Amino acid sequence: MKKFLSIVLSLLMVFSIVSCAKKSTGEVANADSAAANVEKEATEVAQVNTADDGEKIIKIGVFEPQSGQNGGGGKQEVYGIRYANMIYNTITIGGEEYKIVLDEVDNQSNDTEAVSAAQKLVADRVNVVLGSYGSSVSIKAGPHFRKAEIPAIGCSCTNVQVTKGNDYYFRVCYLDPFQGRIMAQYAKKHNYNKVAVITELGDDYSTGLGKSFEDGCKELGIEVVSHHEFQKNEQDFNSILTKIKSANPEFIFAPSSIVTAPLILTQARALNINCQIGAGDTWENGTIITNAGDAANGIVVSTFYEAKSKEEAEGEEAVFLNGVNGDGNGFLEYLKSQDPKEEMIPAVSALGYDSYLAAYKAIEKAGSLEGPAIRDALAELSFTGVTGDISFNSDGDAIKNTAYIKEVSEGQFVFKEKV
Amino acid sequence: MSTFLQYVFTGISVGGCYALIAIGYTLVYGILRLINFAHGDIFMMAGYFMIFSFAVFPFPVAIIITLVATTALGILIEKFAYSPLRQAPRMSVMISAIGVSYLLQNLSTYLFSGLPQPYPAIPGLKQRVMLGDASVSLVTFITPIVTIIIVLLLLRLVNKTKIGMAMRAVSKDYEAASLMGIKLNTTISFTFAVGSLLAAVGSILYFTDRSSVYPFSGALPGLKCFVAAVFGGIGSIPGALLGGFFIGISETIIKAVGLSTFSDAFTFIILIIMLIVKPTGLFGEKSVDKV
Repeated sequence: MKKFLSIVLSLLMVFSIVSCAKKSTGEVANADSAAANVEKEATEVAQVNTADDGEKIIKIGVFEPQSGQNGGGGKQEVYGIRYANMIYNTITIGGEEYKIVLDEVDNQSNDTEAVSAAQKLVADRVNVVLGSYGSSVSIKAGPHFRKAEIPAIGCSCTNVQVTKGNDYYFRVCYLDPFQGRIMAQYAKKHNYNKVAVITELGDDYSTGLGKSFEDGCKELGIEVVSHHEFQKNEQDFNSILTKIKSANPEFIFAPSSIVTAPLILTQARALNINCQIGAGDTWENGTIITNAGDAANGIVVSTFYEAKSKEEAEGEEAVFLNGVNGDGNGFLEYLKSQDPKEEMIPAVSALGYDSYLAAYKAIEKAGSLEGPAIRDALAELSFTGVTGDISFNSDGDAIKNTAYIKEVSEGQFVFKEKV
Repeated sequence: MSTFLQYVFTGISVGGCYALIAIGYTLVYGILRLINFAHGDIFMMAGYFMIFSFAVFPFPVAIIITLVATTALGILIEKFAYSPLRQAPRMSVMISAIGVSYLLQNLSTYLFSGLPQPYPAIPGLKQRVMLGDASVSLVTFITPIVTIIIVLLLLRLVNKTKIGMAMRAVSKDYEAASLMGIKLNTTISFTFAVGSLLAAVGSILYFTDRSSVYPFSGALPGLKCFVAAVFGGIGSIPGALLGGFFIGISETIIKAVGLSTFSDAFTFIILIIMLIVKPTGLFGEKSVDKV
């Protein structure tokens, strides 16, 4: 029995090696040299990829978490990118038609995995990278893309550090200092004088946003009565919340992942903490309402995108909502076909779509597949995406000055105000 | 005062759940000298079993299904990942355990997506009681009672029954035990079954108050309960009980004085101090090297 098993196993191994080699001998050779010097290699070779049948292709790397803590949100962003890829799947450069292929890697919401995922994209010689959901992983991967001269476009990573000092990293969303200040203004406007903050220890997004909210509060003269940090994967917030309750705040700001959100909400409401709870863009996600139920009612979030109705939408948004033929078969229908549980368009999907569009327009404008050329084109790019007008400042950040505040009411995110 | 009460209840209910998981670590370690790193993830899987069975069956049936499925999972893991390595060095088994832990986390991400799933509210358990200003759910009171009853039953099982005697014999010297006619595999499977069953009970009590399950739900409790088991003396059931409550309550106190940033650091400092001062834990047996 054991002998038989080992024979089967070794046969399997041989078979897998053979089938790998058959796929494309070019790719195997490439992988070998890549191992020697991944990043240098990529810049020296002309960045043109060809498929097996000789068709010219452009590879767009999708650097997103599809597992781990941010796996759910990352997946929603990927759907936006995949949908954009379905609509814009070919591009003409210098009279030649290229097919656009997505090269998806999973950064597993983990800083260490992010680096190896980034290295894989570099070794695959992608022309542009899109992503990621979650600032931490983008910050870790950034230097690798820059070294290989691959322009990267962040979708929803809002931390300042992502693009700072990295001339190859761009992003289509607003930044945390802006977002934090918006939420502080919201607190001021609603006469909240005492606020509490809860952030996740070691998470760049959460701590960064929490800090900019606190800074905003100080400027506006709002008192921060309590600030707590919790550990990654924490599930019991009772002690922290009891402590906060004794400080008696009028508003709690808790920027954190969609996994922790329902835990904080249900436990806070169970402890009879009845003040308003708010957070940043990540919380605008249907799963929070599914998980927290009634406890989610009344929470406020700042967000990137507010979908218009299908009839009102114009330009790119109309394409996004109604589909390329305008037959009403748009992104939401696509999303539901992929994941029947989705009820609304997540803002991050719209950003994923916009980042793809930015890459597409930049390649078209550059008329080249060279990293530096695409980068220069991106720096000067200006277009109207689904989430509004997009152009980049000298840091590579999208110049955006609108945020939307949404409130949960009767199990739905309802548009509250535009800031 | 009500704030203080709230802390006390939080500490006791967390501690009770930790104790149940820590006993799972301790039982397996006692028998196999193996730290079953997959234990926290079995706990997480029990959460998912409950979610899915609750969607189809009424809650008493769902609870039974969860208990049975989790027990089966524990036995299966032992059969496929540990028993082929019975003669291998202990380190190999431990690496296999780490592998199983990752497998369960990633498999559940693949199957159930990384998004959290709402945990069903079992009728009665979630009801809130007001004690002054402190709002406490019923499960908070039930947890320590269930934990202590289970520990008493378990001690009876280990000390008074035939299979318990077999377990103790295997834990002393498994080669000698098998020479004396004790069925090694049955005894080990039984231990895993009991450990997983406790993890399932712990998971029902834990998630009822915490309302959602995701693939990494088991990671942190798993780690902390491992510390609890070591603290109480790994291999000792009363030790695990005490360790669980100690870690749960001290964690709450640390957060209560406003040092939430350091609560986990504190847990692991306890581990290090314990290993330096009394490596066998509070109730651990002194190991005697036989010559």
